[in-house]
Amino acid sequence: MAYKMHLLVCGGTGCQASESAALVENLKKELEEQQLDSFAQVVMTGCFGFCEKGPIVKIIPDNTFYTQVSPENAGVIVSEHVAKGRRVDYLLYKNPEDNTPIAESKNMNFYKKQIRIALRNCGIINPENIEEYIARDGYLALGKVFQELGAENTIQVLKDAGLRGRGGAGFPTAIKWELTRKNEADQKYVVCNADEGDPGAFMDRSILEGDPHAVIEAMAINGYCVGATKGLIYIRAEYPLAIQRLKIALNQARNYGLLGNDILGSGFDFDIELRYGAGAFVCGEETALIHSMEGFRGEPTLKPPYPAQSGYLNKPTNVNNVETLANVPVIINKGPEWFNQIGTEKSKGTKVFALAGKVNNVGLIEVPMGITLREVIFEIGGGIKNNKKFKAVQTGGPSGGCLTEKDLDISIDYENLIAAGSMMGSGGMIVMDEDDCMVDVAKYFLDFTVEESCGKCAPCRIGNKRLYELLDKITKGKGTKQDLEILQNLGGVIKDTSLCGLGQSSPNPVLSTMRNFEDEYHAHVHDHKCPSGVCKSLMTYEIIPDNCVGCTACVRVCPVGAITGNKKEVHLISAELCIKCGACMERCKFDAITVN
Amino acid sequence: MTQDQVKVELKESDVQKIKTICAEFDNNGGELINVLHKTQNTFGYLPAEVQEVVAQGLNVSVAKVYGVVTFYSYFTMIPKGEHPISLCTGTACYVRGADKVLDELKKVLEIEVGETTADGKFSINCLRCVGACGLAPVVMVGDKTYGRVAPEMIKGILEEYQ
Ligand SMILES: Cc1cc2nc3c(=O)[nH]c(=O)nc-3n(C[C@H](O)[C@H](O)[C@H](O)COP(=O)(O)O)c2cc1C
Ligand code: SF4
Repeated sequence: MAYKMHLLVCGGTGCQASESAALVENLKKELEEQQLDSFAQVVMTGCFGFCEKGPIVKIIPDNTFYTQVSPENAGVIVSEHVAKGRRVDYLLYKNPEDNTPIAESKNMNFYKKQIRIALRNCGIINPENIEEYIARDGYLALGKVFQELGAENTIQVLKDAGLRGRGGAGFPTAIKWELTRKNEADQKYVVCNADEGDPGAFMDRSILEGDPHAVIEAMAINGYCVGATKGLIYIRAEYPLAIQRLKIALNQARNYGLLGNDILGSGFDFDIELRYGAGAFVCGEETALIHSMEGFRGEPTLKPPYPAQSGYLNKPTNVNNVETLANVPVIINKGPEWFNQIGTEKSKGTKVFALAGKVNNVGLIEVPMGITLREVIFEIGGGIKNNKKFKAVQTGGPSGGCLTEKDLDISIDYENLIAAGSMMGSGGMIVMDEDDCMVDVAKYFLDFTVEESCGKCAPCRIGNKRLYELLDKITKGKGTKQDLEILQNLGGVIKDTSLCGLGQSSPNPVLSTMRNFEDEYHAHVHDHKCPSGVCKSLMTYEIIPDNCVGCTACVRVCPVGAITGNKKEVHLISAELCIKCGACMERCKFDAITVN
Repeated sequence: MTQDQVKVELKESDVQKIKTICAEFDNNGGELINVLHKTQNTFGYLPAEVQEVVAQGLNVSVAKVYGVVTFYSYFTMIPKGEHPISLCTGTACYVRGADKVLDELKKVLEIEVGETTADGKFSINCLRCVGACGLAPVVMVGDKTYGRVAPEMIKGILEEYQ
């Protein structure tokens, strides 16, 4: 039965957290009650990306894009929009500049500059229905590889397209496939790296939740090209929704003969198994990932040998990231020329970023390589929240660096970001404003690294701990000039002497903030001040004599008795006793307490 | 509750359950992590006594099992609370004040991260990015997600589970 209208509801993790499942139920119920269920259909899709304004409902064919829809809004959407074709104005997105409603996503700044390749199906198809993937040219590329291209030409297509790994390092995908292909063995493996441990990133998860078949198809192509009959997806156990959708998709693909023996009559056998990660960031590193799949602690080992030579169970293994794979079927369908005209000279195509932090439009975005940070943050991201001032943007997660105002106009690609002192990483992009203390941010990332270091090599295990302690000392106002020098030196040593990418890049957040925010470090060390007012130990609470009426409210609320003063007299806070809990400031009705 | 305080006596039926899980994975030591996932799903946690049975079942040393359990943060040797609380400490949540929410949780429940309250009701756990950055900071109690959480909201949230 063909429906005349489709109500697409975002079923990504973010929107599910805002009750999109209840919304779907209500919409279905309303359609039934108003006897419109043969006219319109509710479809739960993957992430639309505009997480800030979720849950999102998009109506096809008229492309109306409702934002922040609650389960209670189901009735009006059905009775007005579905039944009478009238848009519900108050559920439309409002242009932040003039507050006028915008009905279609293509007219929103958030979407205008995006090009969706890896996310092409997210928010458009029902990820739990293989037919919808097939209807959008799904598994066409696989057929083309079998019938037209063959393995070597397929690799050539990827080479001409210039596809590079999206997992962080940017290694040319075709070259990796070629290496694995050339290594003879009785058994080879292809692995999809879905460990995504960067603490500010959810790109790979959204692809797997929104379009699992794209990854499955790409892995089958990958297997055919390198001569592997087995695929493994290493996915975080903390991603239950992605795991569930992958399981459904794998079963459907098997039932359709797209996995299993003699796929599409090509004589090629291929199947995929899931392997679960167990919450260790370092397992995203490919050698650690392989050891983890073998049942060991996820400790990296020296390369070479590369996985392409000796990987899982010592057999040649091709490891690719989720997003890298998601690009493969489209490139094969549309051709390398289509792909390589997008992007910059050395970085082709698009990159998905998880844009978060202090921007107005938090969400998942896919932009062409070469776009500037300014366009991303101020146009797509809609600028900084609460009209605060932009301070820094962190890319590359715990391995990356903080970029500042002066870097906003560089165009994003692998080389430019490294030249600017950060890196592409897997796609986390966290925006910070004037209220964020850069020393504290560096400390946050070091805390992460110390926790996640596997402990195999001393520079990373001990050195990062020392870096953390020094930063902690500085945020407590006890740092010295010498500490700053030690930070620099030790950071350099850790980078030079660590075994794997984690240690080799872990000092980056410190070194980049020291370079870009020298003043802030000096303020902490020399003046014992935190200019952003984040580091608690450096704050002093003081009473403004002119505002204080002597009501004794603060004296009574202070848990440590640090405030003295009689009724109708100006009170005084003892800096020694004060534990900086802020209770007095909360209590004071006369704005008589300030914090410096 | 801390790790040392957890002492369990396994019933014969529990030992059988673990052995069955090991057998499902062909008693293959290479499947250790999968076996641990399944065992933790069954028992909720992996105390030392359980690890011993797994080691026997897969014919690997107890030290190896312990090494793997303690390496991965997903595996726990302490039973989670009846309502496990997970706080996202990803970067996006951190810059939007997750640390203050965590302080408040620890203060109200009087436990540290990775511990369970004495009555077994709540436990606190930190996660790295749950993928709901639009709602930062995010707290999960069981399967329910709370977005844009401020320290002042903690008491109210906990009351829902009293
Ligand atoms: C500490 C560390 C963590 C990593 N985490 C991930 C990850 O979460 N996901 C990922 O795809 N690659 C990660 N990588 C990169 C992988 O080692 C590997 O380069 C990548 O999976 C290759 O796929 P690609 O060529 O498609 O990018 C990480 C590397 C290091 C050093
Ligand atoms: S650099 Fe760190 S994470 Fe990498 S192997 Fe050494 S200790 Fe382990």
